[in-house]
Amino acid sequence: MFPQYFVLAGILIVVAGFALRLNPMLVVTVAALATGAIAGKGAIELISLLGKAFNDNRAIAIVWIVLPVIGLLERHGLKERAAATIRRMTAATAGRLLVLYLLFRQVTAALGLNSIAGHPQTVRPLVAPMALAAAEQQHGGIEDESAEEVKAYAAATDNVGNFFGEDIFIAIGSIVLIQSTLATYGYDLAPLDLAIWAIPTAFAAFLIHSLRLLRLDRRLRRRRK
Amino acid sequence: MITLQWVYSLVGLMFASFAILGALDRSNRKRFGNAAFWGLMALSLLAGSWLGDLANGFLVLALAGLAGFGLMGRGTPVTTSEGERLTWSHQLGNRLFLSALVIPATALAGTLAFRYTALGGLGWIEPNRETFVFLCLGSLLALLVLYAWLRPPPTASLQEGRRLIDAIGWAVVLPQMLAALGVVFAAAGVGDVIGGAAGAVIPGGSIFLSVLVFGIGMALFTMIMGNAFAAFPVMAAAIGVPLLIQTYHGDPAVVGAIGMLAGFCGTLMTPMAANFNMVPAALLELKDRNGVIKAQIGTAVPLLAVNIGLIYFLAF
Repeated sequence: MFPQYFVLAGILIVVAGFALRLNPMLVVTVAALATGAIAGKGAIELISLLGKAFNDNRAIAIVWIVLPVIGLLERHGLKERAAATIRRMTAATAGRLLVLYLLFRQVTAALGLNSIAGHPQTVRPLVAPMALAAAEQQHGGIEDESAEEVKAYAAATDNVGNFFGEDIFIAIGSIVLIQSTLATYGYDLAPLDLAIWAIPTAFAAFLIHSLRLLRLDRRLRRRRK
Repeated sequence: MITLQWVYSLVGLMFASFAILGALDRSNRKRFGNAAFWGLMALSLLAGSWLGDLANGFLVLALAGLAGFGLMGRGTPVTTSEGERLTWSHQLGNRLFLSALVIPATALAGTLAFRYTALGGLGWIEPNRETFVFLCLGSLLALLVLYAWLRPPPTASLQEGRRLIDAIGWAVVLPQMLAALGVVFAAAGVGDVIGGAAGAVIPGGSIFLSVLVFGIGMALFTMIMGNAFAAFPVMAAAIGVPLLIQTYHGDPAVVGAIGMLAGFCGTLMTPMAANFNMVPAALLELKDRNGVIKAQIGTAVPLLAVNIGLIYFLAF
């Protein structure tokens, strides 16, 4: 009926393929080929279009140039140093401790060090136990419900800090993806132009999540009474 | 003039080293799969400008095949033990962080110097690509500092780099594939179709409602796909470019940057982003598998509202 809508099949393929947990590289390739085929392109033209599109977006691969440096620093204890810094954080309550961690995570991610912390590296061995210890010390033991909540907030804090810090770093994948995608439509932007617009959201994320962490403290206190 | 090709060549040489070192790593049962994958990445970066579109297309199909059919494994490069790392970490202290700062400091200082001083007019570096050039220079400078300071074995930086790149695996190329998908969508007219339909549906050409649909669409698509990178080219083709940028003349930098962050709010609310939301719940032995998501919704929803507001007020 509306044949022009058939080109949207590619979007459906991506959504369905990701939802079914198929390998994303295959899903994306099939979606691209299907979309081009529906738009009436021949096989050779189609493969060429995909090749040109991939080739024009090679700038995204540049961000990996930092890996030998990060790897070398890890060889000499960068992650252990990050853990030591977190271990030295002292705060009277679980919420305030997590506010400190949020700040640490956002600042380091903004400097391109988003790999020094994370759920297996820092949350499970350090941040969650430290937040639990702070809560227990303050309230003299806490019930299961509260312990669950403190742990969940520890993980949540890591995600919020990571997501809303890393986009300030000018050479992170998402920034270059935005740049490349918009360049397709003829808008030539520099990474710095994009990264600065991540700053207002970074502040908002810190404020909103910090307020919620302080409210967590109040909730824990109320439950003890 | 230093062009983007110089940068591609340097990154290409790095990938070529990963391929060679990977091929020599007998501990990895699928070492030739890894070598082929990183070798093709090296070829693309070094020679992509001259291969021609069709050959590049087959290169992409080969990358997708190697990744999609599980032909890659993980090498085990020689590295330091946990004990050695602890000792180093004590000895070196916060100087470790300081040397990591060499990269962003160089990238930022170089970019700013070329943008705001007379240096930019000398034509030494391809315009708008200064950041990439200085990112590479910063990385080289950091390596120089680290080699002079810590004197690791000569191949240590490449072996450690390979350790990290093998751990990430084919996901290294996924953002680039998604950007390519966006190009194909644009060429096939996906943006025109959705833009036309959305323009007809959104009443009275309201800019605010268009921004609202864009922001919520980014978050929803990200929730379905578990990945803001995948949602971005789709939503850019659908609403971001045709409606917000072309029709209403919104600032592309704001629409793009904050649109992506609206997607990140979606990542906080979906079980599809397993690494961020489900794995930690298991790691922390939470009774509620969705405990982390529940703790995040209260941050994600107001933050999404803030992002939508920021696009509306800053882009127009």
